[in-house]
Amino acid sequence: MATLSSNLLFIAFILYLVATLFYGGSIKTKNEQNGTNRWGKIAVFLTIVGFVSQLGYFITRWIAAGHAPVSNMFEFTTFFGMALVGAFIVIYFIYRTTLLGLFTMPVAILVIAYASMFPKEITPLIPALQSYWLHIHVTTAAMGEAILAISFAAGLIYLVKAIDQTKSTKQTFWLEMVMFSLVTVLGFVVVSSVFSGMGYHEKFNWIDKHDATAVMEYTMPAITGPNEGELLTKGGYSPLVEMPAFINAKKLNTVIWSLMGGLVLYGLIRTILRKRIAAALKPLVKNIKLDFVDEISYRSVLIGFPVFTLGALIFAMIWAQMAWSRFWGWDPKEVWALITWLFYAAFLHLRLSKGWHGEKSAWLAVIGFVIIMFNLVAVNLVIAGLHSYAG
Amino acid sequence: MNDVKCECGHVNPHGTVLCEACGKVLDEQEKNKKELLDMRYEGSARRSQTYNKTIIDKIWNFFSSVKVGVWIIIVILVASTLGTILPQEMYINLPADVYYEQEYGWFGKLYYQLGLHDLYGSWWYLLLIAMLGTSLVICSLDRVVPLYKALKAQRVTRHEGFLKRQRVFGINDNVDESDLNAIKKHLKERRYHVREENGDLLAEKGRFSRWGPYVNHIGLIIFLFGGMLRFIPGFYVNENLWVKEGETAVVPETSEQFYLQNNQFILQHYDKDKDKTFEKAIEEAGEVVKNYQSNVVLYKRVSDNLPGEKPKLEKVKEYKVRVNHPLTFEGYSVFQSSYRSELKAMTFFLTNKTTNQSFGELKIDLEDPQAKYDLGNGYSVEILNYFPDFEFNKDGEPTTKSRVPNNPAFVFKMVTPDIPKGETSFVAIKQTIEPFGDNQFKMAFKGIDTKNVSGFTVRKDSSLWAIILGGIIFMIGVIQGAYWNHRRIWVQNKNGQVWIAAHTNKNWYGIKKEIETILTDTKLDIPDDQLQLENSDKGGV
Amino acid sequence: MKKRRLVMRTIILLVLGAAVAYSLYSNLTKDNKQKVAIGDKAPDFVLVDMQGNKHRLSDYRGQGVFLNFWGTWCPPCKKEMPYINNQYLQYKDKGVQVLSIDIQEPKLAVNQFAERYKLDFPIMIDTDKEVMNVYGIDPLPATFLIDKNGDVVKYHTGEMTENMIKDFMEKIKP
Repeated sequence: MATLSSNLLFIAFILYLVATLFYGGSIKTKNEQNGTNRWGKIAVFLTIVGFVSQLGYFITRWIAAGHAPVSNMFEFTTFFGMALVGAFIVIYFIYRTTLLGLFTMPVAILVIAYASMFPKEITPLIPALQSYWLHIHVTTAAMGEAILAISFAAGLIYLVKAIDQTKSTKQTFWLEMVMFSLVTVLGFVVVSSVFSGMGYHEKFNWIDKHDATAVMEYTMPAITGPNEGELLTKGGYSPLVEMPAFINAKKLNTVIWSLMGGLVLYGLIRTILRKRIAAALKPLVKNIKLDFVDEISYRSVLIGFPVFTLGALIFAMIWAQMAWSRFWGWDPKEVWALITWLFYAAFLHLRLSKGWHGEKSAWLAVIGFVIIMFNLVAVNLVIAGLHSYAG
Repeated sequence: MNDVKCECGHVNPHGTVLCEACGKVLDEQEKNKKELLDMRYEGSARRSQTYNKTIIDKIWNFFSSVKVGVWIIIVILVASTLGTILPQEMYINLPADVYYEQEYGWFGKLYYQLGLHDLYGSWWYLLLIAMLGTSLVICSLDRVVPLYKALKAQRVTRHEGFLKRQRVFGINDNVDESDLNAIKKHLKERRYHVREENGDLLAEKGRFSRWGPYVNHIGLIIFLFGGMLRFIPGFYVNENLWVKEGETAVVPETSEQFYLQNNQFILQHYDKDKDKTFEKAIEEAGEVVKNYQSNVVLYKRVSDNLPGEKPKLEKVKEYKVRVNHPLTFEGYSVFQSSYRSELKAMTFFLTNKTTNQSFGELKIDLEDPQAKYDLGNGYSVEILNYFPDFEFNKDGEPTTKSRVPNNPAFVFKMVTPDIPKGETSFVAIKQTIEPFGDNQFKMAFKGIDTKNVSGFTVRKDSSLWAIILGGIIFMIGVIQGAYWNHRRIWVQNKNGQVWIAAHTNKNWYGIKKEIETILTDTKLDIPDDQLQLENSDKGGV
Repeated sequence: MKKRRLVMRTIILLVLGAAVAYSLYSNLTKDNKQKVAIGDKAPDFVLVDMQGNKHRLSDYRGQGVFLNFWGTWCPPCKKEMPYINNQYLQYKDKGVQVLSIDIQEPKLAVNQFAERYKLDFPIMIDTDKEVMNVYGIDPLPATFLIDKNGDVVKYHTGEMTENMIKDFMEKIKP
């Protein structure tokens, strides 16, 4: 069952990749105005088949584990990727634009690829997680975040189209930063896959902040070494810099490698394109109307906000009440969910009352996605809390 | 401060931008513009902007501004992030003044000194939340009343200027009765509420979605009110309760009405041989806990005794308290929150040091040690001193840190037929001191008995109903506002032509599609989206 | 019309302001809330002392009661116990009774302590921490002064000097 499950996930991943190519094709060919063309239809079909396949992964893994597979970083992030595709399918059938697919699918693919960098074993549930409210909370929250992420994709289309790429401005810089961040995630995936493909391992003895000796295992060559680290593995790379004890040298090392991977990839892309990524994407979006994407972006926030509130705050409170006897405990993950919620509340008020439409609104959608990603990635990995199932 | 009478005869409150009844532009500044109308709050008069005399009005107007509201949200947002940089006070297990500096150096010290270690309980964070609540109340009150009045006062026939300056607008020259009938029929099929006046039509649906924001604000206010209730004494109980296995303890804050007996604490781990699916994960993680459980019996006191007297108890129920499965009774919940293992008894042999011969065994109950243990045949052991949580104090004297037997130590007097006046020996874990020279006998350590102590959290939260109600109302409001749209379509006779105008509070794509279906099988043209025309005039983006 | 609006606004702002002020006040004072406050009737209890005599607080109505909670392990308790004993001997005939309650310790420890410091006043052990819970004691040592009517006159935590103890006894002398 577990093998079947991972095969289905792999199939879904490949289908999403192929679908993305078809979305690209559907933009290149004409007739976008009169409904979806052949390429687009194939793309949507592939997306749906991929989604069903991933749903198959989800169900079979659920059967194998005996609990909904949303209980560790790999499972949750994959589910988020699936929800993203699902949200896109829904929005697609409202607005019928394949361009949105061209921008959403790569994000979903990156999310799933990122997820598969985490340990993929089926994990048993510790007592606090043995609650169906947990599963309801996590899945609803992920769906809410996924719908909100669609507004990011639409906002991105808006910015790519609206920002003048002929001269270098603050806007072009920040838009390019967004592109670079996406490339960096790819960089992380590539670097991690390469080293794990090589089976790279090296061990250190080090002194932690309580002056105790501990062993740390690296899966990438150490650039930043642990405090008073002593290399145990023969033929391993000795670190360039040694970190003080309160910094997690291993995680920092991974970040540095990912950034380097991202920079190399980005450099390659720029040499091939000979212009900014955003500028290169501009021809793809020429047929779409600005206020149409603006509306998709706003609509996604409107649809996603209630789902997010329900999943990330209300169901979360119900679960927290059951598991820890208090519905709210100011745990970092909870606080960041609140921050996300406050941010989108501000977004809606700015839009309704201050008339922040168009470009301002698109930037807000981008920032909102950054906050969601921060909560998903940084809070779990950097700021540990009760939710840190990734360790 | 005079009311404004519109040419249609309707009297509007001072400050109204668009006549409530016919939509004519009343505001002088707005009059000459050609741009699309700003339809927010129907152009009604927000009271706050028009009265600004007393200090009360000034405070009111401050909180009535959405701009201020958004700023409050942003300040709370930024402040909240600060509290996630380092763990908050409730998640650390050392005194705060020690912990932060020790773990995070100068930064931790600064963090503590700035009071960020208890950010969410600080007075200024509470004040920010209070300001948000105030803003919610006043903003909503200030908008919902005029909006309600304006929507109620609207007439079917609208002023020309109003129609022309709607985003969706179109003019048709020759229209006959059958077209209008078809439109009416289609509108009704699409669940529009159609009003007719002198041949003019106003079709409207989803007006209730306009109340969504106010409903959700009410929900939030109730939620915040619920949070405030906790400050009332007795509304919120949150106590820790430790009960040793086999013992019964009074449940705190129940006026000594309830007692909890802990029969057994159970800790279970996943077994990688039994749970094959998890084999790999367990191998990687080491041991993974499957269950924390305390088998308890809840008693109710039936006697009218005083504290200190033995109460008469009546069994209420047996329950297995597990994580996620609290024991609940009369508004109280008892949660399994932690456990520890405690020493219960220590066993020694009285032994001759040279021959290693034993002269009897004594088991010391660490909670109630006896002064003297008679081993028979003239052998006995007295406890001269007992230190349950032994340490040497500043002056180098043996003392105890607490009453909990974490590290028991004894001063024994061993009386034997060989040495009837006795030998003194100080015995602690892994340590024996013979203060008066070499002894002939010793207390040989045999073993320990432990018992588990279950840690419970006792909670009563009488504010929960408000929190739940607030949450439900909020969700209703937010769904009402987000998943429905308020759409209006005007079909009106002006100068022998038929004008169509439409407005929605959101989802223009949807209303345009809907107008297309409504106008099928008629000679009428699809009205234009003037915003898109305007934009394409400006350079074709 | 205008006047009514001003009145409405004033009322709403006052209600909100009061709610906020109350919350802030409770938040600031939540740490030093006392279960048994000065002026309250001292909650009654019954405990048995080391000699097996029953002591019921309300039986001492008409006398002042110096109610001390302590533990053998607590350093300030060790210091003040002899002082309390001195003053007990001074005041026991002047209508002041000392009741000292040890929190949940073995008899052995308490007896040895009493012997070492030669304590004469009645010592009781609160085995189930019930009396401690009723009085909301934390940390040790803690002392309640109860007058002849059974009302709490003073609550003191932390170490006491002999002079303080004398003053305290003077205070509750009937």
